Amino acid sequence: MLYRFVGTIYRTLLRRNSVFLTGVFTTAFVTEIVFDTAADKAWDTINRGKQWKDIENKYVQN
Amino acid sequence: MTSPNSYNTKVVLATSLAAVTGIGFYFFVNPIHANEAEEGLHPPAYPWSHKGPFSTFDHASIRRGYQVYREVCSACHSLDRIAWRNLVGVSHTADEVKAMAEEVEYTDGPNDEGENFQRPGKLSDYMPPPYPNEEAARASNAGALPPDLSLIVKARHGGADYLFSILTGYMEAPAGVEIREGLYYNPYFPGGAISMARALFDGLIEYEDGTPATTSQMAKDVTTFLAWAAEPEHDERKKMGVKAIIVISILTALSVWLKRARFASLKSRKIVYVFN
Repeated sequence: MLYRFVGTIYRTLLRRNSVFLTGVFTTAFVTEIVFDTAADKAWDTINRGKQWKDIENKYVQN
Repeated sequence: MTSPNSYNTKVVLATSLAAVTGIGFYFFVNPIHANEAEEGLHPPAYPWSHKGPFSTFDHASIRRGYQVYREVCSACHSLDRIAWRNLVGVSHTADEVKAMAEEVEYTDGPNDEGENFQRPGKLSDYMPPPYPNEEAARASNAGALPPDLSLIVKARHGGADYLFSILTGYMEAPAGVEIREGLYYNPYFPGGAISMARALFDGLIEYEDGTPATTSQMAKDVTTFLAWAAEPEHDERKKMGVKAIIVISILTALSVWLKRARFASLKSRKIVYVFN
């Protein structure tokens, strides 16, 4: 089972260098976006009501 | 031949002598001691809204603190390293800051005739100083120079706690302490005699958001504002730091796991030398 899985991974992602490199870059981008979004959200939750974006709407005139 | 009793007496005497010498050294010779009159009273640690590795500044407090600085402190203290544009997106909107900057006249030039001229302030101008130079500042303040407040939170031992304590710590000089004419007693100030009079009183200003302007509220707000002025990168710095620590921890764990995986076969291998 594990060997079949590893074999599939090898054939689809690792055999061709072009596919491998594309995979590396895609993973990097996706990971960064997901991590940053999650971290920013946690940060804003911890500091709710304190940052400028939380009080900005009191002062912006349109 | 000494009897056990006289031996014991000697031991007791020697021990007592050592103890008395040590205690005497501690009290009369040892230079390490707290002289609160000389060094200033140590400020207590206050629970600042931006204390701790996960806390940003309270920006509503920065906004109120700017109002305190503008209406009270800026009469004597400059804020040279802060430009109007620094307030945008921190405590005020761009339109508000533009309007505030335009109320101040700045000297610019030279124009086509080679002469300097006055113009209303722009976002890129720095906060106007109360005095044109140090001599003027000293002449107006009985020889004392009001320090620039841009980096004052970083520049004073105790930082924000010290500032808050100074602003709220004015009191009658205790019996036996002589304060010269023109000086004021403040136990948190090194030496106890400060040239600045108490500046904050309950109800001195009126906050636009309706917060009651007590002495301690104004001191807290202006200290938060000055903490921001000394460290405008504070919020971003803490956020990036937390993110970096999380990512680096994951990568460290991964590399440790990888090393152990690679070394597993080497470390469990048995090498035997058979001599025939």
